Amino acid sequence: MSQGPSQHLPTVGKSVPRADGTPKVIGTARYVDDLPAMPGELHGATVRSPVPRGILKSIRFDPNFDWSDITIVTAEDVPLNTVALIAEDQPVLAARHINHAYEPIVLLACADKRRVLLAKNAVSLDIEALPTVLDVHESLKNTHTVWGTDNIQKRYLITKGRADTEDSVSAIDAVLAECEVRVSGSYSSHHQEQLYIEPQGVVAWWDESGVHATGSLQCPFYVHKAFLKTFGEQPSRIHITQAVTGGGFGGKEEYPSIIALHAALLSKKSGKPVRMIYDRKEDIEATTKRHPAFCEIETGCDKDGKLRAIKMRVLMDGGAYLTLTPVVLSRGALHASGAYEWEHARIEALALATNTPPNGAFRGFGAPQTIWAIERHIDKVAAVLGMDPLELKRKNILKLGSVTATGQVLHTSVAGVECLEKARAVSEYDRRRKAYSEKQGRIARGIGAAVFMHGAGFTGSGERYLKGKAAVDLLPGGRLRIRTASTDIGQGTETVFRQIVSDAAQVPLSDVDFAVPCTTHVPDSGPTVASRTVMVVGSIVEAAAREVGDRVRKEQQASGGTFAEAADRLLAREGEVTSLLQYSPPSYIQWDDQHYRGDAYPCFAWACFIAEVEVDRETFEVTVTNFWSATDVGRAINPTQCRGQIEGGALQAIGWALFEELVWDKGIIKNPRMTNYIVPTALDAPPFHTVLVEEPFSFGPGGGAKGIGELPMDGGAPAVAAAVEHALGIPMDDLPLTPERLFARSASGAQT
Amino acid sequence: MPAISLKVNQRAVTAEVEPRTLLVEFLREHLSLTGVHVGCDTSQCGACTVFVDGVSVKSCTMLAMEADGAEVTTIEGLAQGGKLHPMQQAFHEHHGLQCGFCTPGMVISSADLLKRNPRPTEGQVREWLEGNICRCTGYHNIVKAVLACAEGSAK
Repeated sequence: MSQGPSQHLPTVGKSVPRADGTPKVIGTARYVDDLPAMPGELHGATVRSPVPRGILKSIRFDPNFDWSDITIVTAEDVPLNTVALIAEDQPVLAARHINHAYEPIVLLACADKRRVLLAKNAVSLDIEALPTVLDVHESLKNTHTVWGTDNIQKRYLITKGRADTEDSVSAIDAVLAECEVRVSGSYSSHHQEQLYIEPQGVVAWWDESGVHATGSLQCPFYVHKAFLKTFGEQPSRIHITQAVTGGGFGGKEEYPSIIALHAALLSKKSGKPVRMIYDRKEDIEATTKRHPAFCEIETGCDKDGKLRAIKMRVLMDGGAYLTLTPVVLSRGALHASGAYEWEHARIEALALATNTPPNGAFRGFGAPQTIWAIERHIDKVAAVLGMDPLELKRKNILKLGSVTATGQVLHTSVAGVECLEKARAVSEYDRRRKAYSEKQGRIARGIGAAVFMHGAGFTGSGERYLKGKAAVDLLPGGRLRIRTASTDIGQGTETVFRQIVSDAAQVPLSDVDFAVPCTTHVPDSGPTVASRTVMVVGSIVEAAAREVGDRVRKEQQASGGTFAEAADRLLAREGEVTSLLQYSPPSYIQWDDQHYRGDAYPCFAWACFIAEVEVDRETFEVTVTNFWSATDVGRAINPTQCRGQIEGGALQAIGWALFEELVWDKGIIKNPRMTNYIVPTALDAPPFHTVLVEEPFSFGPGGGAKGIGELPMDGGAPAVAAAVEHALGIPMDDLPLTPERLFARSASGAQT
Repeated sequence: MPAISLKVNQRAVTAEVEPRTLLVEFLREHLSLTGVHVGCDTSQCGACTVFVDGVSVKSCTMLAMEADGAEVTTIEGLAQGGKLHPMQQAFHEHHGLQCGFCTPGMVISSADLLKRNPRPTEGQVREWLEGNICRCTGYHNIVKAVLACAEGSAK
């Protein structure tokens, strides 16, 4: 047992193995579908719309099918038919208007798993098809209004310098006209499926204490909120528990509310527990994906490469319902001007509705799309100027004291230059860039870089409104228990929080427990999103642990004994010893939500990613042969896990750039399986050379940790594209870079 | 329904199964061996990989009836006498997992590789694991774990 500070060996900064490692390697970790069946349990299934838009005229149940053991739920059975999130535009089940393919219409449940699938086939839907809107350009024209009055789900405008005026368009155009060099371009990016290996699933049941749902999810309190709205139950009668979760990446942020509502509706009607597990096809078709984006950029700079002004318009495809689109668009807009300083900026961002499944949270949350655009554009500017792109980036990168497009003065924890220089050195970028520019044979080589930053935590005043809470309890024998709604979905929350608590309270790591996140027992720490878990919630947990540890040690000093004995005395006297704290953001943060101006984020994490590729000029296959990165993480609580986040995120970005593509045909997904939606394998993954840079953020836990969950998704695609462009000499402005597309671009003869 | 007899994790099992029952369904639903995971339904992800007569097999590609008379080892049966299999130990120590959903299949598949090739190169590890998909790690620490395990067992 620990006796005090002198005996505690720090764990922060050490790559301790995962706390949940053993059950996961021996197969005893119970993911939702591994939970034993409850007595009388039914299997749930969903009947979905086969068309992207229409009016539901009738639902027909085949009279030749035996419906006696099938529970049926339609919109009429839903107490309040809306999924509570930002807006209330999305029904739990479509009643009349159908706005996207795969929209849920009928729910079925049966004790026999196979019979419920037969029952699905015995339901037919009579739908009168309506004209559809399937991309943002169509949506903007508003020929058919599919959302609100004009299809515009959200709009933001960010202005700086001379553009910060009533007529910002004329003003930015005037500035651009004065610039020595002007470059314009447009850049598009596509849908991406999260493809967590464990599909979505939930088990729900009702009993005398209310309604329960246990599932694969990131944010138990989102589901709680959705149940509160739809069922109108008392908050204390809703019990949402996270099961061990097989990956999320944002895909299990908001969608679990829907599958949990569906299972709970079936359970309410049948009076039995209901298990609902999607197969891969249904998961890919029905759940949220990354927002496609189309960005137009015009910039002005001096002949020597000093960037002056940027005018940018971002169009994001929100899909049929709002879900989290306004927040995704916000993050996209706030990262749109990249890691560079501009005197004058006008960034307009719009989210538009289409008749496609709602797009939602996915690691990076809008930033990868706009960073894709700005990084490709800066490379284009470099080509026009005849400069090396990394040199141009170096020249214009935000530094300490720089002012961002929203007017945020960067006064702390800025490491862009350091990351750039480290990655450049470790990759031998300059030598390789020159060598690969020489004339090549069938296999062309190239190297390219992306420089970027990612804001950690919620945007602007978000954390102030949210007031995230977390608790640390003292347990008998001097153990500590962390209670938080921040879930471990693979990223390592449990392990890292234990390390933070161990050091803050100065107790051994093995004496720290992590409570199963259930809304009845843990405080609302805010959602597990936005690279906020370690930096924001981790800092609450750290303060709480310090407080509890200090109380025990005070008792120890007063009456002696070991830490454990003092803890037991304290517990015997006070009954309960807990520190429940609420987050308060650094006081310097000033944000004007109306004008989108001020401190967008408390701090940024910085990175430079460099990709080296080989491209077969006959087959147009791209192989990423090396991937270097230097990433500023503030302070690495667990360096190996930290690198794991960077490598895993970078590979998702490489997948997005090279292989992953949803093929659409009139609003229908043609490849909703792992057979034909291709994600990277071990053979596709390059050797990763990952350098951690530590530029502490003074408000972060463990001596200055920043959020890094999303950052690695931002830079992979533009770095790979820059390398492919370098290899082939053809502009790479549109994702994905599949061989078919590269072949088409090559055949069209476009040359940089 | 036809009956099958097989050995699962060194225990004799006899059961009646519908002929269309997949091995993975049999293991999960009849024997509650839920460490065998289903990630894709189409034999891509490899999360359901088990040993059948000492050879790693995606248990969603095989009918339970085809395993009649066979010896099956799942992730639950890999540890012996309360001691982790060296490959399980290597994955744990070298952070060869994040969410852990692919891990059972990944560990079995990797253990099979070392049975066939005790000292694989990094390229051979990557090639062998092509049929096991991980979305979290970028494979870096998985490959490291397998190579470390090979190194350890060669000592």
